[in-house]
Amino acid sequence: MAINTNRPTSPHLQVYKLPLTGIISITHRMTGIMLTAGLILFVYVISALAGGADSYTAMQALMSLWLFKLVIWGFIYALFFHLCHGVRHLIWDSGSSFELDTLNRYAMIELAASLALTLMIFAWGYYGL
Amino acid sequence: MQRVTAVALIPLSFWLIYFLGLSLTAPYQQTAVWLTSPVNTVCIVAWIIAAFYHAALGLQVVIEDYVAAEGPKIISIWAVNLAFLFLAIAALLAVFRIVSIG
Repeated sequence: MAINTNRPTSPHLQVYKLPLTGIISITHRMTGIMLTAGLILFVYVISALAGGADSYTAMQALMSLWLFKLVIWGFIYALFFHLCHGVRHLIWDSGSSFELDTLNRYAMIELAASLALTLMIFAWGYYGL
Repeated sequence: MQRVTAVALIPLSFWLIYFLGLSLTAPYQQTAVWLTSPVNTVCIVAWIIAAFYHAALGLQVVIEDYVAAEGPKIISIWAVNLAFLFLAIAALLAVFRIVSIG
């Protein structure tokens, strides 16, 4: 299929202040990409477990570095954010709740829920700090 | 399938979180025993299949949105699909190795 290069180029994202729903929408996509990268980390972790006690201990030592801790907490928050907004998309798929005030209310609920879930994992304590 | 895997991943995420938490803090034996229990094995395997499939489908949409030229678009979608197929196989193989040891 030939590409039409003579199309209008608007909207210019740089000159708009995105509404909260817009910011959440692009964050959903960005967290999706980040979680995808996290899958590589998952393959490493589970392969280290499969490799036996020695490679498992080495993996734990590596993961206890602050940089990896940051990555893991980022992964967990990204997971919950993506999950919460994913549920929102499933509700939209059913054809309901497209009204403006509902949109903004749900956006706040999503943010609060993803933060609360991350705090729950923190309180659970298995991830250390 | 994007939607089907999404719905499946909502409950299955619990197993991922639990597995990751154990892997990062618990002793080797505890994590291995947990993963070897049948319900946990099935759920982690289901999570792996659903998550890697969901990721490949999601990245495909992102590529379709941002890569305009046909050639690079098709090549990058193929590359993403193959990469996630291999990653999923690696993860599944690791699960089977752990289960067969324990």
